[in-house]
Amino acid sequence: MRRAFIPSTDLVPRVEKGEPFAVARMISRAEASSSEAREALGALYRKAGRAHVVGVTGVPGSGKSTLVATLVARLRAAGARVAVVAIDPSSPYSGGAILGDRIRMQEHALDEGVFIRSMATHGAMGGMAHACLDVVDILDVAGYDTVLIETVGVGQDEVEVANASDTTVVVSAPGLGDEVQAIKAGILEIADIHVVSKCDRPDSNRTLTDLKMMLKDAPPRDGWRPPVLGLSSLRGEGFEDLMDAMARHREALAGPGGVARRRAIAAFRLRKTAETILIERFRGREQGSVDALAARQQDPYAAASELVRNFTGEKADA
Amino acid sequence: MGQPIRVLLAKVGLDGHDRGVKVVARTLRDAGMDVVYTGLHRTPEEVVRAAVQEDVDILGVSLLSGVQLTVFPKIMRLLAEQQAEDMIVVAGGVMPDEDVEALKALGVAEVMLQDTPPAAIVERLTHLVEARGAR
Ligand SMILES: Nc1nc2c(ncn2[C@@H]2O[C@H](COP(=O)(O)OP(=O)(O)OP(=O)(O)O)[C@@H](O)[C@H]2O)c(=O)[nH]1
Ligand SMILES: [Mg+2]
Repeated sequence: MRRAFIPSTDLVPRVEKGEPFAVARMISRAEASSSEAREALGALYRKAGRAHVVGVTGVPGSGKSTLVATLVARLRAAGARVAVVAIDPSSPYSGGAILGDRIRMQEHALDEGVFIRSMATHGAMGGMAHACLDVVDILDVAGYDTVLIETVGVGQDEVEVANASDTTVVVSAPGLGDEVQAIKAGILEIADIHVVSKCDRPDSNRTLTDLKMMLKDAPPRDGWRPPVLGLSSLRGEGFEDLMDAMARHREALAGPGGVARRRAIAAFRLRKTAETILIERFRGREQGSVDALAARQQDPYAAASELVRNFTGEKADA
Repeated sequence: MGQPIRVLLAKVGLDGHDRGVKVVARTLRDAGMDVVYTGLHRTPEEVVRAAVQEDVDILGVSLLSGVQLTVFPKIMRLLAEQQAEDMIVVAGGVMPDEDVEALKALGVAEVMLQDTPPAAIVERLTHLVEARGAR
């Protein structure tokens, strides 16, 4: 049986009603980045903006998924509907991926108030960062109060996505090497909230102290001083503090500091969306110069300038 | 080149081995597919909810416990309730020929018995998705 194609604009009202099938299919369209979906995604963008978007990032094995699973339970207990976007790296060899984050979310498998979507870093046609923020809007419009984005804090796209959420939580863990891993990964600066996970372990005190020392003289971010919180997902401890910090940060964003943040996120999105459209339009056009370039009869600067000139000289179509 | 094929693999039932499913997951990943793995001991309800949320092209359910004739009718019914009846359902495991026939009559697209070579699985799934069309 061949599949009947549902136009994306027809999915929009069904997304607003929160129909799981329509939400999921709309997410696939955002990932495919097809021009067919742009009108629908544009409409969804204008309707979104209600949810609290929280990025959770940290080095591999720092305990993000376990933390997210427990946080979902606590947010549900507080009455919120929660969505999770779990991003895992694609294989650089095949482009495929194994997405295993649902394994840690099993306790939420039958909860109508929880929606979980796995994404691969190479799974999106127009770049993961661009697609992921569209996915967040879809979940927002579908009525999820909190949208958690879990992403490994290595790789530019992953870090940018975490940084483009309302509140960014950076997870560090004891036992992954004695220095604070977040520095090496370059994600220390993007945190609105620092979490040291696995605080049931005796060596976690050391990680907490190191991190606090490190951040002692750090300048505030958008007028906000990122707190350092210890928690244990294993014991379910420290989550009240985390939820409290999330709520306080969200309140702070409603003030003057939030204006700069929202503008920065909007600028990021504009740039990523434009990049996607441009890359798509360029695809295939470079073929003409490739052979001359490979034979070193042509240089990349001249070839690229010519490519761009041909391109911008064209009549702009929509 | 389109989107990667999305597959959800689940183990339903009581048996506690997932070595076979993990091998299949890696094979599919190495063929460029995105594979959502949900772990052991899933119920039909959990599997269908996950597959709908993930909007996968293919739902692959593996079981060794001889409960296929109760599990698959349930899965097919739940998918229809979720308006996801166009999802491709594939069964994996060990079962007698008459069960294979019964599952196909239910709308299960393919039954991969335990000795199906990895390359054949990739080829068959790719073909099924091509015939079905894009999400
Ligand atoms: N002791 C202790 N171990 C934990 C805790 N949270 C997670 N772990 C363990 O840390 C390991 C990694 O946990 P995950 O939640 O998968 O970490 P992750 O950051 O999502 O990992 P990736 O997605 O692979 O980057 C697992 O073995 C967990 O059991 C905790 O609170 N205490
Ligand atoms: Mg994880």
